[in-house]
Amino acid sequence: MTTTAEPTTTPSPEVGKARVRKEDARLITGRTRYTDAITPQGTLHIHVVRSPLAHAKVLGVDKSEAAASPGVIGVYTAADLGVESVGLPCAWPITPDMKAPQRPLLASSTVHFAGEGVAVVVARSAAEARDAADLVDVDYEELEPVLDMEAALAEGATLVHPDLGTNENATWVLDSGEAGTGGRIGDAIAAAEADPDSVVVKRRFRQQRLIPAFMEPRSCVVDPSGEQLTIYAATQVPHILRTMTTVTMGLNESKVRVIAPDVGGGFGGKIGVLPEEMLCVALANKLRRPVKWTETRSESMLAAHHGRDQIQDITITAKRDGTVTGLDVHLLADMGAYLGLVGPGVPILGAFMYNAIYKIPALKFSCTNVFTTKTLTDAYRGAGRPEATFAIERIMDELAVELGRDPMDLRKQNWIPHEEFPFTTVAGLTYDSGNYEQATAQAVEMFDYDGLRREQEERRRNNDPVQLGIGISTFTEMCGIAPSRLLGSLSYGAGGWEAASVRMLATGKVEVTTGASPHGQGHETAFSQIVADQLGVPFEDVEILHGDTQVSPKGLDTYGSRSLVVGGIAVVKAVDKVIAKARKIAAHLLEASEDDLEFADGTFTVRGTDKGKAIQEIAFAAFVAHDYPEDMEPSLDADAVYDPENFSYPHGTHLAAVEIDTETGRVHLRKYVCVDDVGTVINPLIVEGQVHGGLAQGIAQALFEEANYDEQGTLVNGTLVDYTLPSAADLPNFDTAVVSTPATSNPLGVKGVGEAGTIASTPAIVNGVLDALRHLGVRDIEMPTTSQRVWRAIQEAQGRSTQQTPVDTHSPGAGLGSIDPNNPQEEEVQ
Amino acid sequence: MAQVRVTVDGVNYADDVEPRTLLVHYLRERLGKTGTLVGCDTSNCGACTVHLNGQSVKSCSVLAVQADGGEVLTIEGLARDGKLHPMQEAFNEHHALQCGYCTPGMIMQAVDLLGDNPDPDEREVREGIEGNLCRCTGYQNIVRAVQSAAQKMKPGAAADTPAPASVAGGGN
Amino acid sequence: MIPAKFDYVKPASVADAVRALREGGDDAKIIAGGQSLLPVLRLRLAAPSLVIDLGGIAELRGIRDDGDRIAIGAMTSYYDILRDDLVKQHVALLGQATETVADNQVRHRGTLGGALAHADPAGDLGAPALALDAEMVIAGESGTRTVPAAEFFVDYFTTAIGEGEILTEIRFPKYTGWGSHYEKFNRTAQAWSMCAVAVAVRVDGGSIAEARVGLTNMGTTPIRATGVEQALVGQQATAEAIRAAADRATEGTAAPSDADAAADYREHLARVLTGRAVLAAAG
Repeated sequence: MTTTAEPTTTPSPEVGKARVRKEDARLITGRTRYTDAITPQGTLHIHVVRSPLAHAKVLGVDKSEAAASPGVIGVYTAADLGVESVGLPCAWPITPDMKAPQRPLLASSTVHFAGEGVAVVVARSAAEARDAADLVDVDYEELEPVLDMEAALAEGATLVHPDLGTNENATWVLDSGEAGTGGRIGDAIAAAEADPDSVVVKRRFRQQRLIPAFMEPRSCVVDPSGEQLTIYAATQVPHILRTMTTVTMGLNESKVRVIAPDVGGGFGGKIGVLPEEMLCVALANKLRRPVKWTETRSESMLAAHHGRDQIQDITITAKRDGTVTGLDVHLLADMGAYLGLVGPGVPILGAFMYNAIYKIPALKFSCTNVFTTKTLTDAYRGAGRPEATFAIERIMDELAVELGRDPMDLRKQNWIPHEEFPFTTVAGLTYDSGNYEQATAQAVEMFDYDGLRREQEERRRNNDPVQLGIGISTFTEMCGIAPSRLLGSLSYGAGGWEAASVRMLATGKVEVTTGASPHGQGHETAFSQIVADQLGVPFEDVEILHGDTQVSPKGLDTYGSRSLVVGGIAVVKAVDKVIAKARKIAAHLLEASEDDLEFADGTFTVRGTDKGKAIQEIAFAAFVAHDYPEDMEPSLDADAVYDPENFSYPHGTHLAAVEIDTETGRVHLRKYVCVDDVGTVINPLIVEGQVHGGLAQGIAQALFEEANYDEQGTLVNGTLVDYTLPSAADLPNFDTAVVSTPATSNPLGVKGVGEAGTIASTPAIVNGVLDALRHLGVRDIEMPTTSQRVWRAIQEAQGRSTQQTPVDTHSPGAGLGSIDPNNPQEEEVQ
Repeated sequence: MAQVRVTVDGVNYADDVEPRTLLVHYLRERLGKTGTLVGCDTSNCGACTVHLNGQSVKSCSVLAVQADGGEVLTIEGLARDGKLHPMQEAFNEHHALQCGYCTPGMIMQAVDLLGDNPDPDEREVREGIEGNLCRCTGYQNIVRAVQSAAQKMKPGAAADTPAPASVAGGGN
Repeated sequence: MIPAKFDYVKPASVADAVRALREGGDDAKIIAGGQSLLPVLRLRLAAPSLVIDLGGIAELRGIRDDGDRIAIGAMTSYYDILRDDLVKQHVALLGQATETVADNQVRHRGTLGGALAHADPAGDLGAPALALDAEMVIAGESGTRTVPAAEFFVDYFTTAIGEGEILTEIRFPKYTGWGSHYEKFNRTAQAWSMCAVAVAVRVDGGSIAEARVGLTNMGTTPIRATGVEQALVGQQATAEAIRAAADRATEGTAAPSDADAAADYREHLARVLTGRAVLAAAG
């Protein structure tokens, strides 16, 4: 079957092409399988009875009326299920002496946050389970809630977990003086204080509590009707969920299969190992029937993990000429009532990024994690890095104000010039590539920076009721989580590698499995493009398989902008092995030496001849196995596990023009420009989409979102009515572009893009808001910068006192109109 | 129990349902029309948007019994004879979806919007889909897709395939 | 997400509906468009034993010219109001406010009567109804009665509709040739009004001859800003005169405080937005 390779025109490379997504065909027609659509015959449904109180003793649970309700199979407490001693896992003990409470499947003696489960109802239908849940009578004795982090750390504070003896989870420190990666911050501050030609600027920033608010509520189905217990789950982490389920529930790992079918977004919010999932496992094993849980949106807002919630005390020192000399970072991070899977490590993911793109000679980072009686916090898009970027970009603006400098000029003076890459930072990381000058120059031009500055001047001069502000964020992040050895040095409980395998089918089609588990990112399309180029096969001939531990048995899933940078490289490595095997068979079939073969566009040709074999032919030859070299197996298939050597460091320059109606305080985002360097772009369409979505979430932190708790510890805006997610009408068109300095740490030169927009945009907006108002005397406005906060800041700056904003008031006028779901009252409804 | 007779995606159904059954639950659980999704419990997200008697509605905010005698079109019935609706094509072409969860409702609302306003400007599109939340896309490509579909759906706009000679140039 | 169980009837006439309401007693609820009721039922903030669906009563739907008034059936949807020429011509303010209610899908289902009977102070249709001196036609066992808007809104979620009664029609005097504007201020496009102002003015020769001003979410009911109205009449429609009049917007209000807006900020908004609304209406 030797064919003569026809002289063909080289197909245009797939990488870099704006391919429309393979995934879409199903998603745009409703031919989907999100977990809630899976209901095996005989499925039982659960409803979790949740505590309305933040902190209370559970004196008794009267199940009798609920148990007698129609369709109810059973009502169970932790004791009834024998799971009182089971604790959900935390994979990141950040210090050897970290305090970790047991996180139960259901609270037994004490509830620690409003929304914690106390009992579970199992019924024939979801409606019957819901009906019966209303009949479970729990007797609580209310305890003092613990809500404020600083108060929680004070002497004599009420303890969330008295057995731990403290509300402090751990304190983690990174000190460049100790580590030998830079100077001592104490010296830098002392020197600056003693030097009249230096300044010390201290600010406190607050990262409000956010809710990830993925669009698909969480759901799982546990089906015991097979040799393996099959868990379908709306999760980002099917592989981690499998391992952790077996560890948590004492099962044999080979007897558990996890399937993440279509998953409707995650943003970090679906990396957990959930009490509800483990309850379904326990109940499926007990009742020998499939058991299903799907949360309502309100349950999700209340009980799914939240994000951010830090107090940041930042001190920066600099010479009056603008040279930054030191940065001191002290954080308090609210863990909530328990530790999530990686919750305590989230602030630490930011620790290395406070110095950002700047040459800062001394850095100290210290973070104290605190327990409160609130919903636990864990990863949310960016995880630690948005907080770091916010702090450094805000304080750079504050420093510019202090020094009377243009904030962009001050950044330029301190950033790492492109010719100095690779650059080892004060935090000990080595940035492999980047070009801040290039991204900034392009952004400034697209934005018309000078023109907008002129307009700003004019509005100020005219005392225009609408003032203009320009916000800058020149960010970098570390992504591609993560080099396993580095994770080991941070005491993380797993590695950071990713796995892939490539199977050449008899017909020449290609199946690729990846351990990175997508939930909207477009892995199937992007990975197909990579494989099509590497293997020289048509894009359409590549099938990407994922999200089922029996199909892709090995993996560490999707978070931390790692899919392409780690998972994609694993695919490349597996393809390399396939090509190496194919080369042997090709040489054998072509009766040539391997060294004489060239591989291009999917065909091996004998150098200097027209003899060749296409990869598909070789795959068929391997399949029939009639004729292959004696020293190998008749297979081209290959596996690879890729462990990155370094993080990757996307960067970019983001510019925001915000208009502020000083009469009402309304902030209007008029223009947003960003130029991002994400390294090699595999698919510009997907990159642009990731940037857009990231921007929307980062902007939402700056302008719209905050989870508010009242003095009793109740979440007061726990529905989509009052947790104000932006709609299309609340956001502008973004003007985005990419530049590319390829990463040198991986063969594709890719850097990752999933979190960039979120990380960069929040400080750009807030810097813009303050830039618009600083001349009126406004110094700071907490996030979200709502119209009320802006108005109040202006009033106070002008010396007019206003009343306090009752942030925790139940909300007439928001909520369901004026109906407050947390405080229902009689109303007439028609 | 109450009786509901309804046509969904061209098929007639008659069922006994509890009066409390929401239209979206009826579609998903009784008819197996799981392409229509549930994203919230307060009528905000719009993921459950379908057409009822030719108008977009949030099917979580309609009782199945209220739809009695009506005609429902879901995302699953939008493509005709194996051919995607121009709005579906535009969502694919413009990368107007990522996780896909808001997509069925977003497409159904976008189709409704063009019924009322065949040539919306950007602001009108944004306001026209303000009842549909998306957490992935930042909406920009959705807006592009809707405007692109509007151009394709305009009477006389060039179709994918040339029209038969007998009606070519009719333009209506 | 799943409401508690209830029984359901769908009467074909107002008389049947009134009868069902009487038989259903305290636990009966009326469903009009259902866009406020269904979220409440799904969250189980209410659990009626009987739901009476007015959707089968054709006579409750439609907009007609009733001489010196425009009469709108209680079950007329927002969508139908928005597309109606009589409304555009004679009660433009109602259309302007209706356009800001919720979103397209909700406007397809939601009804004017439902919104007014629900009487949420954050709802957008009470203020224009009040400002425009609408009349509510209410049917009960002993026939129908008419209640002026000024007496209709009693308290938080409470109206003059009595037990066993149903709102059947809303009649608006004609404001043909008046200028009008609904100025709404909210946190995000989907959010309810933090504060909003409904204004209709008749401008004659550059000065304001008549003015109607209603406020949304500045108390437990929609509020008529009579102080502003009085201050406007006879004034030239200039920015300064209008702003001075708008300063009286908070007279008689009892602004609520919540996380979005404490009372003082709401009061400030009411003054600013009133000025803007009057300027736009008079322009």
